[in-house]
Amino acid sequence: MNRFLDSDVFYAFRTSPVAIVSLIVTVLMVLAAVFAPLIATTNPFDPASLNLMNGFTAPMEPNAFTGESFFLGTDDQGRDVFSTILYGLRISLFVGVAAVMLAMVIGIFLGLLSGYVGGWTETIIMRAADVQLTFPSILVAMLIFGVAKGVTPVEYRDQMAIWVLILAIGLSDWVQFARVVRGATLVEKSKDYVAAARLIGRSPLTIMIRHILPNVLSPVLVIATISLALAIIAEATLSFLGVGAPATQPSLGTLIRIGQGFLFSGEWWILLFPACTLLVLALAVNLLGDWLRDALNPRLR
Amino acid sequence: MSAALVQVRDLKMHFPIYAGLFRRQVGSVKAVDGVSFDIMAGETLGLVGESGCGKSTCGRAVLRLYDITGGSITIDGREIGHVPQSALMGMRPTMQMVFQDPQASLNPRMTVAAIIGEPLDEHTDWSKAQKLDRIYELMDQVGLNRQFAHRYPHAFSGGQRQRIGIARALALKPKFIVCDEPIAALDVSIQAQVVNLLETLQDELGLTYLFISHDLSMVRHIADRVAVMYLGQVVELAPREALYHNPLHPYTQALLSAVPEPDPARAQTPQSRIILRGDVPSPADPPKGCNFCTRCPQVMARCKTEAPIFREVTPGRFVACHLYETVN
Repeated sequence: MNRFLDSDVFYAFRTSPVAIVSLIVTVLMVLAAVFAPLIATTNPFDPASLNLMNGFTAPMEPNAFTGESFFLGTDDQGRDVFSTILYGLRISLFVGVAAVMLAMVIGIFLGLLSGYVGGWTETIIMRAADVQLTFPSILVAMLIFGVAKGVTPVEYRDQMAIWVLILAIGLSDWVQFARVVRGATLVEKSKDYVAAARLIGRSPLTIMIRHILPNVLSPVLVIATISLALAIIAEATLSFLGVGAPATQPSLGTLIRIGQGFLFSGEWWILLFPACTLLVLALAVNLLGDWLRDALNPRLR
Repeated sequence: MSAALVQVRDLKMHFPIYAGLFRRQVGSVKAVDGVSFDIMAGETLGLVGESGCGKSTCGRAVLRLYDITGGSITIDGREIGHVPQSALMGMRPTMQMVFQDPQASLNPRMTVAAIIGEPLDEHTDWSKAQKLDRIYELMDQVGLNRQFAHRYPHAFSGGQRQRIGIARALALKPKFIVCDEPIAALDVSIQAQVVNLLETLQDELGLTYLFISHDLSMVRHIADRVAVMYLGQVVELAPREALYHNPLHPYTQALLSAVPEPDPARAQTPQSRIILRGDVPSPADPPKGCNFCTRCPQVMARCKTEAPIFREVTPGRFVACHLYETVN
């Protein structure tokens, strides 16, 4: 712990107001998402707790029929917007983190493999990566989502939607991890400590995991942070387009899609608050990733 | 001197050059091109030559860090030149290496104990405590304080890091160690310490060294016999004193005349310094005939067409030069 507090990275963090604010915002968002059931005033997905008469209540104003008042208003179903945002944040963050993890695992594995083994293995993996890179990742995600949805039975579709979403975003995002890891692996593999490990008789797999992996992780950390912001946005995009999280398990993107239908009829709060939450979350994570990239890049110090 | 522990015959290590759209092989860099030598058990063979002559490649090829192009390598009675990497596992403890750059040869994310203990993890099924005992023993042997066992390499100086590298090489009680310029990255005061440590360990453990260096005076200090490399080939191999007092090959003569003499009274006159003209030819396109013919001060017509054979001219002295073919 003391080593960490003395490190350059921590110093860079301490002296960067942007980094401190972004971290605080991100942590608050994560805490809000994790403890959503405790913070939310109602469970917006429990039909028994909903009163249709509460529909379209403006923020902080008492409802004309029931007299109840809601912090951020309610939507057409009478669901409390504040509570739906908390639950939506939960799904958005979960999908984002899980998708990045999946992309990271695939990317690190394929990157290490192509960098260390080389030859045909490398050619096949990296050409596949190049091909995938020529398609916008949202298109790749939609394609995977469509195929996966097609093969799941109808009655499981809503349940499986979240997992399919994770798979789709994860598979569309592994390329940059693989590229960075491959590049770093090429550098590390020529160093003598790898030769020493080979002389000891270590197997290629052991060398990749025990020796090279720990030395290529810091760029991966940076990409993972930036990818998290992108994955959250990708998830919101898919949900906004109606191919992502279903209305029964709405993510921030789904909430925005629902809200945009009411924008021109005057119920602006249904759209605005989820959109602002998404904006602030994506911005905070992105700024954090940018800062981390600068802090870990020795050339910029 | 006992029997040869290491026998290298006609070792070739060519690296392919690829070019063009289809990555066709258009040539090869002949980094090591037909090298033969023996190393007796318990002796130190010095391998000297200028930068880029292939001495490091030779040392790495002998330990099969590369898949060699041709020739044979026999270590401790086993031919290892062409067996697959996986079959070398059992041989690995016999042969180890000390690297040039002590910074790059230690994994920065592993503690000293983990680095020195890694060979034990791979080749023994000892308990943690047994391993730690052996690690401490090795640290004592190379003169490292036991308290440093759980620190990371960045906390050490160059000389200390080289000691860590030596301890790792010793962990499995090898017979043969390739020292690949182990002192080139160290400052002079530390060089002496490391060389003395290597000598002490050789006496205590009966080690056999292939000592690669471009430092001629250090090789003179540590080696029993010396091989001189030029452009991928050994041009001369002789016992140390014979080589330093009476170099036969024109390249060896030129190389030795370039060694600085600290004593001005014994310093040679400028005329006796042999200055070679031109550059070393590319190992991708070595000259026809003798590799040294483009720069040799005593070049003959024959040298440009016919490669000299590496032969024993007097007992124990090998030279590859047309000048000495009639000596026998």
